[in-house]
Amino acid sequence: MKIHEYQAKQLFRDAGLPVPPGEVVTDAAAAGAAFTRLAAPVAVVKAQIHAGGRGKGGGVKLVRSAEEAVSAAAGMLGRPLITHQTGPEGQTVRCVLVEAGSEIAHEYYVGLTIDRRRGAPVLMVSTEGGMDIEEVAASRPERILREAVDPEAGLRPWQARRLAYALELPASAIRPATVLFTKLVRLFLDKDAALAEVNPLVLTRDGTLIALDGKVVFDDNALFRHPELVALRDLHEEDPRETEAAAAGLAYIALEGNIGCLVNGAGLAMGTMDTIQLAGGRPANFLDVGGGATAAQVERAFRIILKDPSVKAILVNIFGGIMKCDVIAEGILAAARQIGLSVPLVVRLEGTNVERGRALIAESGIDVIAASDLADAAAKAVAAAGAAR
Amino acid sequence: MSILVDKHTRVLTQGLTGTTGLFHTRQAIEYGTHMVAGVTPGKGGSSELGVPIYDTVAQAVAETGANASVIYVPPPFAADAILEAAGAGLPLVVAITEGIPVVDMLRVRRALAGSGTRLIGPNCPGVITPGSCKIGIMPGYIHRPGRVGVLSRSGTLTYEAVWQLTTLGIGQSTCVGIGGDPINGTNFVDVLSAFQADPGTDAVVMIGEIGGTAEEEAAAYIREQMTKPVVAFIAGRTAPPGKRMGHAGAIISGGQGTAAEKIAALSEAGVTLADTPSGIGAAMAGVLERHGMMARSRG
Repeated sequence: MKIHEYQAKQLFRDAGLPVPPGEVVTDAAAAGAAFTRLAAPVAVVKAQIHAGGRGKGGGVKLVRSAEEAVSAAAGMLGRPLITHQTGPEGQTVRCVLVEAGSEIAHEYYVGLTIDRRRGAPVLMVSTEGGMDIEEVAASRPERILREAVDPEAGLRPWQARRLAYALELPASAIRPATVLFTKLVRLFLDKDAALAEVNPLVLTRDGTLIALDGKVVFDDNALFRHPELVALRDLHEEDPRETEAAAAGLAYIALEGNIGCLVNGAGLAMGTMDTIQLAGGRPANFLDVGGGATAAQVERAFRIILKDPSVKAILVNIFGGIMKCDVIAEGILAAARQIGLSVPLVVRLEGTNVERGRALIAESGIDVIAASDLADAAAKAVAAAGAAR
Repeated sequence: MSILVDKHTRVLTQGLTGTTGLFHTRQAIEYGTHMVAGVTPGKGGSSELGVPIYDTVAQAVAETGANASVIYVPPPFAADAILEAAGAGLPLVVAITEGIPVVDMLRVRRALAGSGTRLIGPNCPGVITPGSCKIGIMPGYIHRPGRVGVLSRSGTLTYEAVWQLTTLGIGQSTCVGIGGDPINGTNFVDVLSAFQADPGTDAVVMIGEIGGTAEEEAAAYIREQMTKPVVAFIAGRTAPPGKRMGHAGAIISGGQGTAAEKIAALSEAGVTLADTPSGIGAAMAGVLERHGMMARSRG
């Protein structure tokens, strides 16, 4: 689960990390009042959306008066902000952060993520702050220093010192840096984060360290023990179909193609998408109904797929193990009766109770294109989608 | 022959009295697995499906001689259940549970390092040696005893591959689901080396997917150490970056973990790649024919 920058900074503040004073506002007039309260010569108005690349997209503005703050906020609020991460339609800005400006002497990168190969969180720092860390990793990997973190003990003092000295910070900033690294690691472990980034961490002209930007992503599997984090969720930032699917216990991801997919199991769902592409088509979505789906969930899955107007055909691929084929067939029939199938439907069933499942569909009189295996199903779905267009 | 489990494996179920644990323990018993105990704190002294229930894993092991555990405990308690099984000295623990927090698994992995316990999973279908022992949620009837090892990060995709093999008359030595989570107990290399050492396995089907670098590490192992032929399928060539494709571990992040990289690494290691899940069985049949192993694979 992603959160906004202002929410990440509040978590930083609560954890004892240095962040600039600031206020989040939802209307332009309030941005002016916030500027006045900050009593800073310069402030920054920052659009709050989950996507990155806000600066280049015009979502970060320097302001020197309350009037400028109002006009900057007015230029962002209620409008879509387009960045390289939002897609062409952009993401509507619903709130902005008005924050005191800092006099920057140097920018650093500090980030924590899980290193899957080592099976440990890894703290990464770099003198190349303010840049996309993936670019640094690709072009100058030697500029990124790493320390693997013991998930029980947290960051060891010597590890924090090694990274602080490696950044060649002034002597007065070494101790604040080690404290900051240690607290960030503690926050990461305590809140079950999947990613925690301070980019940039800034050394100001007067020699203090401050987290100028913040990004935190949480492990969805751990949200059950963090109601305080669930409260930070902003559904405006998420695809409504993905949210609806998650509520129904389904994993759905919208894609760009025109063949809707309904599959049981994540690996098989990906394999189905791949097979469609190999057959010359494009999948409209990833959808995993899970191992123990009910007829009602299958019907719900159909409704979600059909909400996508670009869907021209649907491919159902089920390998019935624990999930029985006749249950899937009942779900298909229920969906066909209650919502009506407006596009061709290709069904491939295999596994437990397959004969009963096929018979149910055959006897229903509903127009279904039967397929013998996945490759056959993909070819038929591609043909059906092409004909429908 | 087989790896990990055989007809001598004595299995206890942690979480047997829950709906999922009960259903799959019944299926395992019907398959012929030696289900010797169940563990549910607070229900010790009772029994289910003719299997005695204990309050702790240590008691169950002492009373029944169990040497493997399967875990159907809900996510908030699953990491503790794994550690309890390891604490009781069980050599094999299979965690089926999906949705265990990553930080919990980091701590489990650290605790198990250097212990005598092998963890399979979590978020996996389990392990089966066809005809001998089924631990997990895979449908038993799709399997057939034989000489091809199967290992996978995915559940239904494994069933798909196994069913194709069985339909072609190609039996399996052991099928291992290592799970779809980013942090798991056993990786591809661990299982590949076990198959390489197993005289009952002639060839291996490996099913990977996007995310992480486990397939690349497997490719390096195959290139350097493996003499048995390997057929692989990698799911997710069409998956967009930055999106979690159902499995917690199936995500391309920072340009890393793409299917293209994995396919290239495996291909360079001499692995036969199937383009689609439908082609896995045929690809293995071709490999067995080329190596003159088809006749004995059919048993």
